Amino acid sequence: MVHRHRLTLRPIEADPRAAAIERRAADLGLGDLHEVFIADIVFVDGNLEPADRDRLHSVLVDPLLQRGNWDLPISHAVEITLQPGVTDSGADAVRHACEQLGIDIEAAATGRRIRFSDDVSHELADEVIARIVANPIIERWTWGTIEPLHPGAGETVAALVIPIRGADEGRLAAINTRRALYLDPEEMLAIRDHFESLDRDPTDLELETLGQTWSEHCAHKTFRAVIDATGGTDGVEQELVPLMQQLRTCTETIDAAFVKSAFVGNAGVIEFAKGTTIALKAETHNHPSAVEPFGGANTGVGGVIRDVLGIAHRPIAITDILCFGPADLPLADLPAGSLHPRRVREGVIDGVADYGNKIGLPTVAGAILYDPAYTTNPLVFAGCIGTSPSRPLHEGPTSGDRVLVLGGATGRDGIRGATFSSATMDASTGEVAGASVQIGDPIVEKLLIDVLVGAEDLYSSITDCGAGGLSSAVGEMAEGIGADVELDLVPRKYPGLKPWEVWLSEAQERMVISVPKRNVSAIFNRCKRVGVGVADIGEFTGDNVLTVRSSGTTVCQLDTTFLHDGRPQRRMTAVLPDPDRSEITTRKVDDPAAALLALLSHPNIASKATTIHRYDHEILGSTVVRPLIGAASDGPADGVVLAEPLAKHGIAIGIGVNPWFGQHDPEAMAYAVVDEAIRNVVAVGADPDKIALLDNFSWGDPRRASTLGELAAAVEGCCAAAYMYNAPFVSGKDSLNNEYIGTDGERHAVPPTLVITAVAHIPDADRCITPDLVEPGNLIMLIGNTSSEFAGSHLDKVLGAPSKPGVAPAPDPDAPTHYRRLHAAMQAGLVVSCHDLSEGGLAVALAEMCLAGRLGASVDTLPHDDHATSLFSESMGRLIVEIEPRSAVAFVRVMDDQCLQIGEVSESGMLTLPGVEPILVSDLADAFNRDAYATGVES
Amino acid sequence: MSQVPAVVIAGPGTNRDHDVRQALLLAGANAKIVLASELVERPRLLGDYRLAVIAGGFSHADSLGAGRMLALDLMVGLGEELRGFVDAGRPLIGICNGFQVLTRTRLLPGALGHNAQGNFDCRWVVLDTVEKSSCVWTKGIEDPIHCPIAHGEGRYVHPDPESLTAAGQVALRYRSTNPNGSVADIAGVCDPSGVVLGLMPHPENHIVDRQHPHHTRGGGGPHHLGLRLFENGVRHAKGL
Repeated sequence: MVHRHRLTLRPIEADPRAAAIERRAADLGLGDLHEVFIADIVFVDGNLEPADRDRLHSVLVDPLLQRGNWDLPISHAVEITLQPGVTDSGADAVRHACEQLGIDIEAAATGRRIRFSDDVSHELADEVIARIVANPIIERWTWGTIEPLHPGAGETVAALVIPIRGADEGRLAAINTRRALYLDPEEMLAIRDHFESLDRDPTDLELETLGQTWSEHCAHKTFRAVIDATGGTDGVEQELVPLMQQLRTCTETIDAAFVKSAFVGNAGVIEFAKGTTIALKAETHNHPSAVEPFGGANTGVGGVIRDVLGIAHRPIAITDILCFGPADLPLADLPAGSLHPRRVREGVIDGVADYGNKIGLPTVAGAILYDPAYTTNPLVFAGCIGTSPSRPLHEGPTSGDRVLVLGGATGRDGIRGATFSSATMDASTGEVAGASVQIGDPIVEKLLIDVLVGAEDLYSSITDCGAGGLSSAVGEMAEGIGADVELDLVPRKYPGLKPWEVWLSEAQERMVISVPKRNVSAIFNRCKRVGVGVADIGEFTGDNVLTVRSSGTTVCQLDTTFLHDGRPQRRMTAVLPDPDRSEITTRKVDDPAAALLALLSHPNIASKATTIHRYDHEILGSTVVRPLIGAASDGPADGVVLAEPLAKHGIAIGIGVNPWFGQHDPEAMAYAVVDEAIRNVVAVGADPDKIALLDNFSWGDPRRASTLGELAAAVEGCCAAAYMYNAPFVSGKDSLNNEYIGTDGERHAVPPTLVITAVAHIPDADRCITPDLVEPGNLIMLIGNTSSEFAGSHLDKVLGAPSKPGVAPAPDPDAPTHYRRLHAAMQAGLVVSCHDLSEGGLAVALAEMCLAGRLGASVDTLPHDDHATSLFSESMGRLIVEIEPRSAVAFVRVMDDQCLQIGEVSESGMLTLPGVEPILVSDLADAFNRDAYATGVES
Repeated sequence: MSQVPAVVIAGPGTNRDHDVRQALLLAGANAKIVLASELVERPRLLGDYRLAVIAGGFSHADSLGAGRMLALDLMVGLGEELRGFVDAGRPLIGICNGFQVLTRTRLLPGALGHNAQGNFDCRWVVLDTVEKSSCVWTKGIEDPIHCPIAHGEGRYVHPDPESLTAAGQVALRYRSTNPNGSVADIAGVCDPSGVVLGLMPHPENHIVDRQHPHHTRGGGGPHHLGLRLFENGVRHAKGL
């Protein structure tokens, strides 16, 4: 019998982790905890001699920081450890240390012990553990001593045959449900008919492969569907071109010379400056983040980095856009089965930070939005940008090429993630989805980057193992050629996996490449040098059949044409929205100064410094314009700019998102967020004629005709804006079914949330512009037209929306010309600072420029007769610029008079606006930084 | 005279190795990134270099304490050679994770604990060089160095900071803002000989003026570049 040794590690000084638990318990109103102590536990199974324990102790315990004790007796404490099979990097470290020290062990694990003071009841402690500390999706806990479990040696299980021939719709539906395939009835019929024509039944592995490949997540069935639409502004019945086709046609029509690859492969590819291509991609990881925020966001970032790696580019930056429920939601209002927004936020931000910081990529651009509708459905959008020396895209495998899997081993983690993400959640989702959530291992992915960057000439194609695991990765690569794979050769984390589990597992940090035989040993050598696992699991055949073998039997033999093209096209029904765009309303604001301060403190507008500083945004040394800028580095930037330290060119990244416009007018919203993303990059100095876009839709259930109608309207708005700005979409992704059926039986859907990422060319990275005011006496100019457009505005969030909200901001047809002229003025050195107008309108934008520069501004001219409209309307296409007086004539000429001088920068330390009590810049800064100050972060 | 051969030592999870290499190139060294495992396999390789950097990152994921596993790898496989390198007066610098590694190998005193604020923090800091330090890396630099920090375990701990100061081993201190709760505002310490420096901030991320967050407002400038530390190290190695 192997002895289990337990080493308990306790910090000598106050433990910030324990303080955080106490603080969060107080925040949630759970009770007053004091004297929480946390210890880390290391479990070592093996027959250790006392000398072995001493040596291990000296490596694992730093006596200046910790106390370490073997087999410490238990106190009033809960012990937590990971579920078997969940990534445990601490255990890896223990095994590594033992290997280096020459100590033989059987197994290792890590855990935590949370000790409470004696006056804390078991009930309170249990609630604290469940609400704040641990998550049953990945962890288990107990009072007293916990014993970590290691995945057992289950028996080898063969593939099952699923009788499907002759099944009626009822039986097909039962199979669909039992295997959690989430397929449409028509799709089940097509599968039945296919196997009837083959005169055999499918194996479980074949059925699961079809379930993954045909999932909404992988196949984008809604975006590819024919849509019968009614309603809309013209009210006629019409058949819509599939949404994905609309976006593609838009890009083809724009026909920008810089687009190298759009809507194929893992990411879009563009080339702004000769010799270097840029890959860009953004993804969502909403469902996993709802049930396990840390792991969901963590693996979301890992996945999108692999997308860029999967198109042979070196990742250089990460973006993240996060949508949460209100942080101050009372616990009583939290729907059953949901995690509290605070906990979701904490976990998601930790998860993004952990992956980005460890893999060594700057997390630069992003946004955080709060709305009650995101309480049960938080949204996590993660993006990645990569670069590469220009080279032709990989052409794909040729027959005889080997199938290589690189990276981590395969376990039971992440099974059926693609189908899970295509389903609606309910109160029990956390339980059933357990297996689809994982914790990432960013170091393994870092090593994958080290292996693959520079190996581009050794492989013929590459793809990442994401949703659907090997079934999707190998299945996609085998399209039109076929492959023959031996599952027994896939490295496992532990025995006992069923063949379909190995095939579908979404175990993280794996890439698949097709490699000509002559290069296989070179790839193996590279992997060995860096320390990355690699396995040669089969061959691309040329017979157009996807063959999978396991333990000597064939468990899959699917025609790849059927696999990829056999799915019947969906036909869907949409009722297009018909927003009233004629009813203009304005607002009456009694105390505009108070409204401005309230806007600056609104969670959607206020400083995100506490989050931004958690991300390493400096690594690689390329961050020229950071997310926080200005005299005290606490002003909000528009776009961020990346440029290698010695390079002249750079790229700008801008984000547009506004679900609140979407609640009133999805088409106008889509146009507006494209405009916002573009304006963000133009404001920092990007060339308006070299902008590529990414679209990411997070929507409710499209089988509801009104929801699909909103989606179709948004796609129309996207395309209209792209045409107007000549900015093509190069990649996109949709996440539908972001709904939650509460225990009350009601559906809760997210508001229409479209995130647009703009990536643009910066011709001169030494000439970037930021929003901070620089010099008293400089002139302040406004570009763009202001109208009374308050529907979905943040003024309404602060003061309450009237019953007739009026209209959402409409497109400004003059904007593209304005942006080109502004860019010319910037290139001529005529612009000192520049800021775009978004949430909160002119007043908020001016306030942000003042606080960023710690300078006042005196405004004497307003752009509209209506006071509230001038200050708070959120009309599109507008920017504020700061100009030196001596440049004014030249600037106005370059702008062709299309600008309005509204005031000047002042030394007064006040923001002075007509009809508004002057506000101290320090008060503006305090309002904007309220949250950042409260959590102890200063700049 | 030919360029100084410099090695950037990287473990599994080191991620600022390329940034450091770029800084060394700009400082006039011929810099190469070499994996710790390759050095352990051929320990005599280290003798080819006259300057060494242990770069920042998350070696072995920082599991069970930052830098511990890489320190163990180096001590088990390369301990003697590393000591010989330092005894020969060749400059060695550990940055961020490299600093954590060097304290664990005992080539530098003290330890680095979790930041006082409890989480990872990335922001720019100002570093004063300590006049009476024996450190060859900071020698002659009078203007403060500006550069970012990016770490979660950077709180410098030492039982007797006064004695360190007296021995000339405190090389850098945080000016005005101590970002992590380090004892006596210590940002960087050296060994008694002054050739080994460890620091948490990242001078390799301030090698050109444009990287300074306030460069458009007249902030930063050549005197405050982190590059100056590398130039000093290279100059010292050249003079050996």
